[in-house]
Amino acid sequence: MSTQLKEWPLWEIFVRSKQGLEHKHCGSLHAADAAQALEMARDVYTRRQEGVSIWVVESKAITASNPDEKGELFDPAADKIYRHPTFYEIPDEVGHM
Amino acid sequence: MYTQSFNVPDSPGAKTVALAPSSDDPALQAAFDTRIDADGRIEPQDWMPEAYRKTLVRQISQHAHSEIVGMLPEGNWISRAPSLKRKAILIAKVQDEGGHGLYLYSAAETLGTSRDQMLDGLHSGRAKYSSIFNYPTLTWADVGVIGWLVDGAAIMNQVPLCRCSYGPYARAMVRVCKEESFHQRQGYEALLVMMTGTEEQKAMVQDAVNRWWWKCLAMFGPPDADSPNSAQGMRWGIKRVSNDELRQKFVDATVPQAKVLGVTLPDPDLKWNAERQHYDYGQIDWAEFWETVNGNGPCNKERLATRVKAHNEGQWVRDAALTHAAKKQARSIKEAA
Repeated sequence: MSTQLKEWPLWEIFVRSKQGLEHKHCGSLHAADAAQALEMARDVYTRRQEGVSIWVVESKAITASNPDEKGELFDPAADKIYRHPTFYEIPDEVGHM
Repeated sequence: MYTQSFNVPDSPGAKTVALAPSSDDPALQAAFDTRIDADGRIEPQDWMPEAYRKTLVRQISQHAHSEIVGMLPEGNWISRAPSLKRKAILIAKVQDEGGHGLYLYSAAETLGTSRDQMLDGLHSGRAKYSSIFNYPTLTWADVGVIGWLVDGAAIMNQVPLCRCSYGPYARAMVRVCKEESFHQRQGYEALLVMMTGTEEQKAMVQDAVNRWWWKCLAMFGPPDADSPNSAQGMRWGIKRVSNDELRQKFVDATVPQAKVLGVTLPDPDLKWNAERQHYDYGQIDWAEFWETVNGNGPCNKERLATRVKAHNEGQWVRDAALTHAAKKQARSIKEAA
């Protein structure tokens, strides 16, 4: 009898719901390798035609921003309202621009 | 699909969860409270009080276990379904339950507990699951009644959980709730068909309703007055609606459905209260409920034994898949070289 092997690694699943749309993260699952992760993602996340394409990425391959640095990373964008079209006043007679 | 809307403490001796760094920093606690008060969401990497984390791990893993154990009473009927159509429907439903378990285990894993730890909790009998599955499914009508009433009760419980303060749990519940409506409708429709049948078939439906009705009311958990943990769950935005309120909603929704179906609900005290604008109902047998929760229901031992057997007999498959994956990888590296 073989000794008990470790848990299957964790994979993040991204599904494209229809042609023309982006792949969106929809959940995660454990699988022995990428091929099996794809098969299982099909069974778990697309049983009702929720997808036309699947990406699987091993969770440990993802680098995420640090939540403690949320302020430094994202706050600087808050005071740059001139990056938005509504910042600029255009005379009505110009119409849609 | 199924959750017991109360927190049953797991048996003592449960492993403590691998915890993300935390501290009793009052500033962090204040930031957490502010976010909860503003009805904000907590994500896995955010600081959270240990008690919040532990409550979620317990509740989500119990919920996941319930989905997995919930496959057993129905799985029993897959080979006995009365037609190919009903068999295909039942297989699809049971497969959904497995998927729901997986969504929920994944959500719990984001809190720093491992799948193996959770399964170990279930298989060793430390962790609880919804007590509704510790009753037997005696006839085909039970399968219909489980869909109609048990899933119906579960939907009442689960819809508010879609707004739970913990992001991964809420997102898992959105996915679960989308699939749940099919479960309830297929059960109710199967019963409608039986009610057009022989007297014997109609009696079978009534008998199943009689046996499951009170168990379904108990699924919502003890009365609010006896639910000391509820207030904390509400404070944290984990629980949104009280046990009694959910139970009342379920009774009010079910009475007209029973009428259309042509069955009675086994409660002489069940009657419309014009003043409250709700149905009054009788006393739930809580002593029997707790006996079942505490392991002495009619099927507790059988369910757990079946689950453990399935897990143990699947060990070679899990091992083989890993070995095969390693072999394939080694081969592709060799070919590339």
